[in-house]
Amino acid sequence: MFDFSIVTSWIHGVLTSVMPVGVAVFIECILVGVCLLLAYAIIAIIMIFMERKVCAAFQCRLGPMRVGPQGTIQVFADVIKMLIKEIIVIRHSDKFLYNLAPYVVILASILAFACLPVNKGMEILDFNVGVFFLMAASSIGIVGILLAGWSSNNKYSLIGAMRSGAQMISYELSIGLSILTIVVLTDTMQFSEIVARQADGWFIFKGHIPAIIAFVIYLIAGNAEVNRGPFDLPEAESELTAGYHTEYSGMHFGLFYVAEFVNLFIIAGVAATIFLGGWMPLHISGLDGFNAVMDYIPGFVWFFAKAFFVVWLLMWIKWTFPRLRIDQILTLEWKYLVPIGLCNLLLMVICVVFGWHF
Amino acid sequence: MNNDKEKKRYFAGLLRGLKSLLVGMKVTFREFFTKKTTEQYPENRAELKMFDRFRGTLTMPHDENGNNKCVACGLCQNACPNGTIHIESEMVEDPETGKKKRVLVKYQYDLGSCMFCMLCVNVCPHDAIAFDQKFEHAVFEREKLVMTLNKRK
Repeated sequence: MFDFSIVTSWIHGVLTSVMPVGVAVFIECILVGVCLLLAYAIIAIIMIFMERKVCAAFQCRLGPMRVGPQGTIQVFADVIKMLIKEIIVIRHSDKFLYNLAPYVVILASILAFACLPVNKGMEILDFNVGVFFLMAASSIGIVGILLAGWSSNNKYSLIGAMRSGAQMISYELSIGLSILTIVVLTDTMQFSEIVARQADGWFIFKGHIPAIIAFVIYLIAGNAEVNRGPFDLPEAESELTAGYHTEYSGMHFGLFYVAEFVNLFIIAGVAATIFLGGWMPLHISGLDGFNAVMDYIPGFVWFFAKAFFVVWLLMWIKWTFPRLRIDQILTLEWKYLVPIGLCNLLLMVICVVFGWHF
Repeated sequence: MNNDKEKKRYFAGLLRGLKSLLVGMKVTFREFFTKKTTEQYPENRAELKMFDRFRGTLTMPHDENGNNKCVACGLCQNACPNGTIHIESEMVEDPETGKKKRVLVKYQYDLGSCMFCMLCVNVCPHDAIAFDQKFEHAVFEREKLVMTLNKRK
């Protein structure tokens, strides 16, 4: 298995040989930050392209085909268009909060993004309460959305933001419960540990029934958490024009848009990490030849393949179901997902206590 | 009693909801892999085939001898809401029977004012006119849109 820490320790060795440790660490931090932002942008571009293509395929269309081969340059063209558009300042808005909001959203998204263990030795933020940190960091995004809705001085934005707040705070609970179900199974909250414990089988297989139920609940709640259909009523275009980002234009809108897509990837990446084994290859005990072949595929390929598979699942859900009403969304969460999640947590505890897992 | 009913409704509703969601997902899953219906028009111009009911241009089909079925009754001209069709006819005496008969001289159709409602085709008692599948109508002068549909003998 390819271990990325070889690369990082080599860089550290080279840097410390020519400069004091403090400066070296500082440079490494900057380097990691730049790589993180770069990866963030690239994943956003891939996600937007994938969304358009997958959505088209589900609707029996082809999607973008004109700009570049198979429409691959379309997203770059969109990004350039977005960059050169004017950022309009609304006269009666709260200027400071209005300009701050997209950055709060993107900050939360990047913080959560940094938690994903992409490869062995390629964790950026990795400590013993990583799961808590991820959930806390991703929740900051709600503040950004509420700020955007409030500061725009537009009733559509405010209604969209309030809906978003109600929805995201509710569904955070389901996400927490389903992740907790897996934490019960692993008895650790460190992402690298969680992945390492899946070396002999992914948790969705190891935890069998409760893990599968948790996975389904996680997918539903995750879709709601990133405000995507069928839970996209914060920006329900038929009712609220564009919800909380109605008044945003240019790159400020672009930041919301990018954050939405990368949040989707983060949800999928976390699902891949805690249910599908992160960068761990697929191992079937007994088939040593097969396992050896699987080991040759590098970890980040496994991670991205799993994450994009989950993204595809989420897009499948999005482009199948019509939007729910706000009362239906809250009914689904409080009357169905939370009770089922709690029962499922109990079931997992029983399974773990009696050792009924693999 | 009432409580039991509530409970039953909750679980039955949950299962029914799940089932209907899965039915929906099955439909979109099938759609994901079916052949896409998008036509990439200028590229596939050679092999593009419009569907049968497409209303492209009004035509008057002629048989191999150059005869059409039009009896110049003028119903299509009357039916047209836009005055797109203009029929010129004359009375000709049949040399065998000696009866007078209306004969079409010129069937003029202005594509520029046609709205493709198909009333003319529907009203025609002899199926003398029909819409074909050609849709590339762009020309530089308006006059070129005025067409004579019948072939002169």
